[in-house]
Amino acid sequence: MASHAHAATAGHADGHDAHEHHHYTTTGLDHRKIAIWAFIGSECMLFASLISTYLIYKGKSLVGPFPHTEYVNEAGKVFKPILDIPVTSASTFVLLMSSLAMVLALQAVQLKGTPLPTGAGLWKRLERSSQFWLGMTALLGATFLGFQAYEFTSFVHEGLTIKTNLFGSTFFTLTGFHGAHVTVGVLWLMTLLWIDRTRGLGPKDELIVDICALYWHFVDVVWIAIFTLIYLIQ
Amino acid sequence: MSHDSKHAAHAHPSGATYLKVAAILTIITVIEVWAYYIPALVASPLFNPSLIIMSALKFAIVVLFYMHLKYDHKLFKALFTGPLIIAMGTITALLFLFGKVAL
Repeated sequence: MASHAHAATAGHADGHDAHEHHHYTTTGLDHRKIAIWAFIGSECMLFASLISTYLIYKGKSLVGPFPHTEYVNEAGKVFKPILDIPVTSASTFVLLMSSLAMVLALQAVQLKGTPLPTGAGLWKRLERSSQFWLGMTALLGATFLGFQAYEFTSFVHEGLTIKTNLFGSTFFTLTGFHGAHVTVGVLWLMTLLWIDRTRGLGPKDELIVDICALYWHFVDVVWIAIFTLIYLIQ
Repeated sequence: MSHDSKHAAHAHPSGATYLKVAAILTIITVIEVWAYYIPALVASPLFNPSLIIMSALKFAIVVLFYMHLKYDHKLFKALFTGPLIIAMGTITALLFLFGKVAL
C-alpha cells in the first residue's frame, strides 16, 4: 500500500491539480524524486571519499594537537586531546531531533486540510502545523551550525587549524563539507517556511517538502557516520 | 479532502512511530557515548566493531523510517543502496590498500 501511495503522490498532485500537473513518465515516478535519490547516491560517494581520506591519514600527524591523546611540543607546551565529546554529543542529539521535526513537517503538510477530531489536544493540533515543524527543523539545524562554529573556533584557539597537521586538514575538510550541506539545508527549509507563510503548503506540495526532507535526513545520516568514525572511535 | 491526499496521509508511519524511532535513536546515541567513557570497554577489541554496528543501526533506522525507504518504490531503493555499496566498498578497499586494516 505504502509504495503505491508514495508512487501516486510522487507522480500526482492532490485533487484537481493532479490533472493540471500530471506528466507522463516512463517509470510512473516523478523525475524530481528520482533526481534527488540519484543526487543522494552521488553524495554517498563524495562523503565516502572524505571519510576514507580522514581514516587513511588518522594517526599520521607529526605534530599535535591530536584528537584523542595529549601532545607536548618541543617548547614543553601541553596540548590536551582536542575533541570535546560532550559538546559534540549534544550537537548530535540536536541534529537527530531535527530529523524528527522534519518528518513531522512532512506529515503536517500531508495532513493539512484534514478535519481535527473533536476535542483534539495540543499534540493533534501541532501535528497539522507545518510552519511550526519547518521552523523547528531550521532552528535545530541552525543550532547544530552554532555548535560547529563554537567547535571550530575553540580548535583554532587551541592551536589546530586546517594547516597544522594531517588531522586538522582532514577533519576540517570533512566536517566543513558537512557543515556546508547543513547550511544549504537550513536555507532550503527557510525558503519552504517562507512559502508556507505566504501561500500555505498543502498536500499538493507534498513532493517539494519530501525532496527537502530526503536531503535533510541524508545530512543527518552522514553525521551519524562522522560522529562514530571521527569522534568516538579512538 | 480528495481521495489522493487521504491515501497519502496514511502512506507513512504515524507521528507516534516517528517519536518511537527518535527515542530509539537517542537511546543508541546515549549507549555509544556512555561506552566511550568506560576505559575497560574502550580497551576491548569489541569496542570499535560495537560502535560501528550501533552507528549502522542508526543509519538504517533513519533511512528506512524517516526517509521512508522501507515503504518506497524499489527504484529509489536501488538508487540509494547501489552507490552506498560502492561507497562502503571504496572505503574498505582504501583502508586495506593503505594498511589501516589487515586480514
